[in-house]
Amino acid sequence: MRRIVAILLLIIVAVGISRSLAKIPFGAPKTKVGRHYINEGVKETGAANIVTSVVLSYRGFDTLGEVTVLFIAAIGLGAVLTGTTEKKARKIQPASLVLYTGCRLLFPLILVFGSYIFIHGHLTPGGGFQGGAIIASGFLLIYLGCRERRINRVVSNLVESLGGLIFVVIGLLGLVFGGYFLFNFLPKGTANALFSAGIIPIVYIAIGFKVGSELAGIIDNLIEES
Amino acid sequence: MMSFLADYIYYIGAFGLILIGFYIILVKHNLIKVIIGLGILDTGVNLFLISVGYITKGTAPIFSGPGIDSEHMVDPVPQALVLTAIVIGVAVLALALSLAIRLYQHYDTLNLRKIREQRW
Repeated sequence: MRRIVAILLLIIVAVGISRSLAKIPFGAPKTKVGRHYINEGVKETGAANIVTSVVLSYRGFDTLGEVTVLFIAAIGLGAVLTGTTEKKARKIQPASLVLYTGCRLLFPLILVFGSYIFIHGHLTPGGGFQGGAIIASGFLLIYLGCRERRINRVVSNLVESLGGLIFVVIGLLGLVFGGYFLFNFLPKGTANALFSAGIIPIVYIAIGFKVGSELAGIIDNLIEES
Repeated sequence: MMSFLADYIYYIGAFGLILIGFYIILVKHNLIKVIIGLGILDTGVNLFLISVGYITKGTAPIFSGPGIDSEHMVDPVPQALVLTAIVIGVAVLALALSLAIRLYQHYDTLNLRKIREQRW
């Protein structure tokens, strides 16, 4: 019964959606603002990657909100999982030698790759969120391969808070120097150079550290509990 | 009909994922499956946003070298929005899973019907 009602509801929704989508042509340019960003973005922000300039310059305040949502979710996860129930001491079965050695060998390489992704966020595909996710995947590998290792929660919380703080402080400095939040007050330099685009690389590096430590903390919380 | 399929295949795929996700959320009783449905729905929405921003023969909106044609670059705004949406999706998924862990510890079951029966 429930299944039939659900299918009927979905058919109604699908018909409605297909009616309205038939008017949106696939592959045609749609927004004028996107065209403006592509034409003027490099000149206005100095970042070769237009997506990065949209995320951190045109919509920087939105990104601050997004970082806040991730932060609140991590805190909520910690608050939900921090147990009232006492933990049973589990016997941890150690991983095999091949897995252990492989994880230890790969971990620094993954960290380097993640840092590369977020340092070059304004030049190549990638950025703080992606680089942070890669770094957190390195920590996940360590949790799987070296079972008894744990990240230092004090250090990870410190890095996380510092990343958020740098983002907000740079935004406020923009308010001081330029008159609005997240104003790009540093010299923009030439496009496609590593030191270009003013505050964008700094903010993305801060976001990279923040997201990496946050996701590593989430993994740590979930593994502690399971 | 075929041309409609060929023109709108990305929209159809994206909304197929969204409808599958909705169906799972509406019908399934296992909480983990509901969360999986949430993830599928999230993926469908992301795919739809990206395909709205696509331009025929489009390239990534990155000026990675001199002499890059900006005429056929895809719309960067949906990509930036999807970047946001993916991160929020991960956060929502993690929070939902932690709540599921808590529910399981409390009720010893993940079946939503059984949880509803013994509400206390």
